Amino acid sequence: MSQQCVLAIAEQSDAAFRKITYEVLSEGRRIADSIGCPLTVVVLGAGEDISKELGEYGADRILVADNQDLREYVNDAYTNVIADIIDKENPCVVILGASTQGKELSARIAARINAPLAMDCVAVQVENGNLVVTRPMYGGKILADVALDGNPQIAAIRPNSMSIVKAAGAGLVEKLDVDVGKTDITFIEKKMETGKVELTEADVIVSGGRGIGGSDFSVIEELADLLAGAVGASRSAVDEGWRPISDQVGQTGKVVSPNLYIACGISGAIQHFAGMSSSKVIVAINKDPDAPIFSKADYGIVGDLFEIVPLIIDEIKRLK
Amino acid sequence: MGLFTTPSNKKGYRKVNIIVLLKQVPSTESFIEIADDGVSIKTDDIKMVINPYDEFAVEEAIRLKEANGGSVTILSVGREKTIESIRTALAMGADSGVLIQDSAAEGCDSLGIARILAAALKDIPFDLIIAGQRAVDDDNFQVAVAVAEYLKIPDVSMVIKAEITNGKIRCSRTVEGGIVMLEAPLPALFTTQRGLNEPRYASLPGIMKAKKKPLDIKTLADIGLDAEKAGKPMTRITAMKYPPEREGGTIIEGESAQAKAAALVKILHEESKVI
Repeated sequence: MSQQCVLAIAEQSDAAFRKITYEVLSEGRRIADSIGCPLTVVVLGAGEDISKELGEYGADRILVADNQDLREYVNDAYTNVIADIIDKENPCVVILGASTQGKELSARIAARINAPLAMDCVAVQVENGNLVVTRPMYGGKILADVALDGNPQIAAIRPNSMSIVKAAGAGLVEKLDVDVGKTDITFIEKKMETGKVELTEADVIVSGGRGIGGSDFSVIEELADLLAGAVGASRSAVDEGWRPISDQVGQTGKVVSPNLYIACGISGAIQHFAGMSSSKVIVAINKDPDAPIFSKADYGIVGDLFEIVPLIIDEIKRLK
Repeated sequence: MGLFTTPSNKKGYRKVNIIVLLKQVPSTESFIEIADDGVSIKTDDIKMVINPYDEFAVEEAIRLKEANGGSVTILSVGREKTIESIRTALAMGADSGVLIQDSAAEGCDSLGIARILAAALKDIPFDLIIAGQRAVDDDNFQVAVAVAEYLKIPDVSMVIKAEITNGKIRCSRTVEGGIVMLEAPLPALFTTQRGLNEPRYASLPGIMKAKKKPLDIKTLADIGLDAEKAGKPMTRITAMKYPPEREGGTIIEGESAQAKAAALVKILHEESKVI
């Protein structure tokens, strides 16, 4: 039997790789090195031209299926194709991103091929040839170590929690002719918000809560824009209708881990912490000195956010 | 299994028989404590509720039933206590419940639970299955999708809008930075996203009615499975820990708001190096 490999699944949107692809490859390379095997990456629905660069992130082989029917992610077509590739390549580990795409795809593949799957991994280790991963449970209130047993073993890694490391791989591009097989789901259309930084991928998040007092988030937006970050919101701000649900950070919203999280006018409910406590640096700005957010923030300013935030904006502009 | 053909209602729509997959979980306000075995949590003093994403599923199922006619059946794998959550869903307006209660189910991983749910659905006709995108305890995002795979039906995850027309379901699914619209023939499964609806509270008459609605409790043997057929778990929790405790940090003092803002920006730039 040929040598097993680590199989990474790239994620593209409109023929550009998403950030998670580089995180998956970097972590995949590290796992392949600990096992002592090559790293193969699969690119579905994009061209060889953009795929070449994946060799710079440690890929030895780059399998490209630039099929028209795979341009847009649709779970049944993708599952059929990837299950076939897994069958042919016989990987010991399959690694992909726990994005909205990867969560659905990995769950369907795991059931199809009867393989163990660990979702939202924040750390992956190899012990005696098997994966032992660390993943949050209970909305991040617990971190669990989970041992996988099976072949292959699937790890879906949480966006923004693995570092991107350049590494030389052989980078051999191979074109695949694939059969999407029987499919039921039809892609109708997509509506994307252009120019908006995705919360789960953002390096900086500025969030507003009840303290904003209305739907005018301009001061929050200005600070986020200045730092090339994203705007988040607490559940109460979303429930009030001030922000779309897609902005909600928390246990029943998005779980984020930016380098910098600035909470403005957010008191800090336990469910909100669950969504942002893995941020590297947390800053809180709140009028109430007793707000629970201050017990978790690295830096706090007690004061009116409408006074403080514009002053922060001025200070940052001075740096640039 | 398969497409269940029920007579059309007066409006000429086909009725939909809907299954909701429901899990009982600790309420999100709960403080979670690791149990003495180090691989599970203390459940004694915890308030157990319907998984919030499953609550959206119950609500959506009831709305689709109200619009098209049909029925809503709640299906859960759980313990004695889970009956309370199923009754709550019945009080909201679901028609019947099935609880799979078996100590052998407790050792299952996500795929094992999905096999149990799929086996239970062999004898229940359905057109549509609705489930939460994830349960907020394990946060695995796996069971519902695996059920769809085992039943060989299409699934769409994280849906904020669903419409049934001519035997097809059209779903708007949230993705990073946008929304994707997909269509699939029934029978199908979709999972919920916050924004799909605002779940109703059970009314007092609803609670009274729920007491008389059918609720079957079954073992694995009743649905033709045993622990072995459900499958040996391939994932196993070996340890649980708390995330690194975030210490309350520095409250930045200063003579003026201006001074505080300047001090903060200096720290973030020079010490933390995050801006």
